Amino acid sequence: MRYLPLNENDRAAMLDVVGVKSVDDLFVDVPEAARLDGLIDLPTHMTEAEVDARLTAMAGKNRAAGAGPFFMGGGAYRHHIPASVDHLIQRSEFLTAYTPYQPEISQGTLQVLFEFQTQVAMLTGMDVANASMYDGSTACGEAVLMACRVKRRKKCVLAPGLHPHYAAVTENLCQYLDISLDIHAPAPGKDVDVLNGLDKDIAAIVVQSPNVFGEIIDLEPYAVAAHAVGALLIAVFTEPVALGAIKSPGEMGADIVVGEGQSIGVGLNFGGPYVGLFACRQKLVRQMPGRVCGETVDAQGKRGYVLTLSTREQHIRREKATSNICTNSGLCTVAFSIHMTLLGEAGLRTLAAINHEKACMLADKLTAIDGVELVTDTFFNEFTLRLPKKASDVVGDMVAQNVIGGLHASRLMDGQDDLLIVCATETNSEADMDAFVSALKGALS
Amino acid sequence: MKYTEDHEWIQLDGDIATIGVSAHAAEQLGDVVYVELPEVGAEFDKGDDAAVVESVKAASEIYAPLGGVITAVNEALEETPETVNAAPETDGWFFKMKISDASELDGMMDAEAYKKFLASED
Amino acid sequence: MSMNTQGRQTTPDAVSAREHQTVSGNRGLAQTEKLIFEIGTPRRSGVDFPKLKGVKSRLGSMARTDEIGLPGLSEPEAMRHYVRLSQKNYAIDMGVYPLGSCTMKHNPRLNEKMARLPGFADLHPLQPRGTVQGALELMDELSHWICTLTGMPVVAMSPKAGAHGELCGMMAIRAALDAKGAGHKRRVLVPESAHGTNPATAVLCGFSIDTIPANDAGRVDMEALRAKIGDDVAGIMLTNPNTCGLFENDIIEIAELIHGVGGYFYCDGANFNALVGRVRPGDLGIDAMHLNLHKTFSTPHGGGGPGSGPTVLSEALAPFAPVPYVEKQGDGWHLVENADDKSFGRMTAFHGQMGMFTRALSYMLSHGSDGLKQATEDAVLNANYVQASLSGEMSPAFGGICMHEALFSDEFLEGTGVETLDFAKAMIDEGYHPMTMYFPLVVKGAMLIEPTESESKAELDRFIDVMNALAKKAKSGDVAFFKAAPIYAPLRRLDETRAARKPVLRWREETTA
Repeated sequence: MRYLPLNENDRAAMLDVVGVKSVDDLFVDVPEAARLDGLIDLPTHMTEAEVDARLTAMAGKNRAAGAGPFFMGGGAYRHHIPASVDHLIQRSEFLTAYTPYQPEISQGTLQVLFEFQTQVAMLTGMDVANASMYDGSTACGEAVLMACRVKRRKKCVLAPGLHPHYAAVTENLCQYLDISLDIHAPAPGKDVDVLNGLDKDIAAIVVQSPNVFGEIIDLEPYAVAAHAVGALLIAVFTEPVALGAIKSPGEMGADIVVGEGQSIGVGLNFGGPYVGLFACRQKLVRQMPGRVCGETVDAQGKRGYVLTLSTREQHIRREKATSNICTNSGLCTVAFSIHMTLLGEAGLRTLAAINHEKACMLADKLTAIDGVELVTDTFFNEFTLRLPKKASDVVGDMVAQNVIGGLHASRLMDGQDDLLIVCATETNSEADMDAFVSALKGALS
Repeated sequence: MKYTEDHEWIQLDGDIATIGVSAHAAEQLGDVVYVELPEVGAEFDKGDDAAVVESVKAASEIYAPLGGVITAVNEALEETPETVNAAPETDGWFFKMKISDASELDGMMDAEAYKKFLASED
Repeated sequence: MSMNTQGRQTTPDAVSAREHQTVSGNRGLAQTEKLIFEIGTPRRSGVDFPKLKGVKSRLGSMARTDEIGLPGLSEPEAMRHYVRLSQKNYAIDMGVYPLGSCTMKHNPRLNEKMARLPGFADLHPLQPRGTVQGALELMDELSHWICTLTGMPVVAMSPKAGAHGELCGMMAIRAALDAKGAGHKRRVLVPESAHGTNPATAVLCGFSIDTIPANDAGRVDMEALRAKIGDDVAGIMLTNPNTCGLFENDIIEIAELIHGVGGYFYCDGANFNALVGRVRPGDLGIDAMHLNLHKTFSTPHGGGGPGSGPTVLSEALAPFAPVPYVEKQGDGWHLVENADDKSFGRMTAFHGQMGMFTRALSYMLSHGSDGLKQATEDAVLNANYVQASLSGEMSPAFGGICMHEALFSDEFLEGTGVETLDFAKAMIDEGYHPMTMYFPLVVKGAMLIEPTESESKAELDRFIDVMNALAKKAKSGDVAFFKAAPIYAPLRRLDETRAARKPVLRWREETTA
């Protein structure tokens, strides 16, 4: 077995030192009824070449996003990632290190986390950020719990533009905690509904921008309304590239900002691993969940970094911890940070501008088709169309022409069967767009 | 000054009690890095969690040793939590409360008794 | 013949061995590295783009006009920055990483290659199902391996990490109790040696915690447990092998006691790597257990994540599993995404950590049933070998046979003035990552050593020699040697108190210029 260094001589010599006759003697504490004889009924070992062939064949049964025209968003976005990002995160020192609990020999990971936190804070317009969460949806759920802790209130309002899976994850996390959620049914153009009927029991309102339909929401009135009843505004985003083009949630008065960072550095990965971004105002930092890295000095006064505020965490506070999360998205934060550093502000703004242009061009081309109507007046790189046919059927028809032409809203929500959510990024060529137009025409005819 | 078995001290002045942690407790906690104080006006029963004190390695609840209403908190601790280590039984006080029942103090230890209690705990 | 005698010196004779400070602060290969905010500028970039066409904006009045401040670097500058930073990290690929409970085993690079196949990596989670059959097949096959190895009927694949898997299992338990109308069952028993996440998780499910003490042999105190059994018990959260590295030999009786009052048995599977191929948790009477694919099945730890925590469930809990899950339908696979009235809900936006699934299946296929069993046996043998070889100088906490990790107390340091932390920091100077310290809490000054199956005997022998020598040195009274450590790491000991008192969690121009 290529991964196991011990040979039979080693094993015999080591058993001797331990003072037992056979390896079975090491499992004596296992109740006899539960000891297995022989091998479990699964295939035996394979060579590297055999495994490679087997999994490559399995991968070949999928239609990779890049294998043809592709226009899907809905919480995960296809962007070009510079080759150097993947090269760097595969360095052993990043890939095969553990959580940086020994800061003296983990400064690499720790400094990247400190840089990452600063990048996220700048991007979102907030004071501080943590070292990341599992993904955007779990970050959203944790933000709601945090708001309830901060405000000592047990009610939150989720806007109708919030990604329905984010709402579902939040609902799941709150269901046994006596927190009531007012979840508005998803619909385009309806976010403003949450401004009605706010009361002083509410800990936070949760608004996404750009929302799940792609609409850009001015968060300021939501911040004002939330603050008027002593509540917090939690701003959510699923496309971080948008923040290179549109006003930051911090600038508009959000108190907590959470989102998905996958677009920068991480890739689609069929849904995971991703990287949840979590930022907040300075005064809330002691209630922020998740790992945080902070600056300090070593015994000789040299600047260095450590994991800090760990008293909020489970190994110290146990049942009183701020969250049960004890991991971050480690390597994905490194990938995010490297990609963001390669972009810089200028690069991010250009990337965002190109994404927006592509989406504008595509929206013009698609709405030129008879019966296709643009539902979202403002958008960044994702917009919603109303089709004269059931969108799920249209998507299916387009797949037959090797075009993945957006996401039918009914995949995420009920009652919006004619809506198609479409995304364009810098990865889409004009030829892709024309193929999409002709596939959509075909599917509608 | 009176002490509890949870290593808190109480200084009573009329019906206002000042509460902090004992020098022994401050030493056990190690370097205090953060103190979370109650809000003025908050009401507690005896034994309720009223505040939190955090060191690098530990977080401990501060119980209300008596029932009553918070009248003042030591806001200086928010900026300089190290005062809890430097002067636990004077400048490092946590909060003051208007107590509802002075008889709850009965049976609490004086300095001498607390010293003996510590010796018996080891 | 002309002879050049000017060349470089080839012997070190004339070189002084004295310590000295370089003018730059760099030390040869160890370079100091500033923050990106200090070396980059917002206008610089390492990415080229095509020209903009100048299309009319649809952003409304929402264009971002403030200065974001994000610094950029060209590609060569970025490469140097991150390569230099990487060189300040210890890693499995550099040496023994004996962190108990963390299972730092070798990460095969085939797994990295497989996870990057475009057919897996470049796949959108919401693509039409006909375009992702291979991905669903992979999830189904991995599920089959997990269920077979654990002897459990069902696995929920979506939890994103170990603690998320715990949450999955405990939510299933809560949902099952609610379905039975057992609203009075809210007390969860947790041994004092448990991972801190266990109580934190139970609280998120609306349970209260009742702590069970350990006995002198490092296992659950059965008498104390029996005394705590009652009708209000919702379940127990037990790690097996436990955090002392010991098999809970009364585990079947524990399961019966819990089931006897209608409760459920959550097993923390963080240490399943000690059992794979030798024991199926399903045979021990458990109802739920998460697996850490990043521990047991070697998906890389990546400096703290991402993890992956698939959670196996018993027949009793299966109906309450979260969405989404993969179902075989005829010739193909289908993804069930909407919760029926029994499922407790959705844990994450999409289907779980696909990138980790690919790596874990690659690991399982490579090992096969025979290799997985051998890996388990080697891991347990390595731990016992370390325990036996260090027992002369160090203090085994419980003695006897251990499972995949060996636990020591700080008894051998008593009176030396050297503490567990100092001992650990001295290991850094010797070229090792320290073991897990001060955990589990049931042992004073705990040192928990998990060598894993990836270490050769020769590597272990060197490690053992160093550990024994350090123990002797501590007992010899050389306290300063330990208190000063580490000397040879990129930094000396860091001031954690300062970091926590005045948290500086981001760079700002005015404070760090």
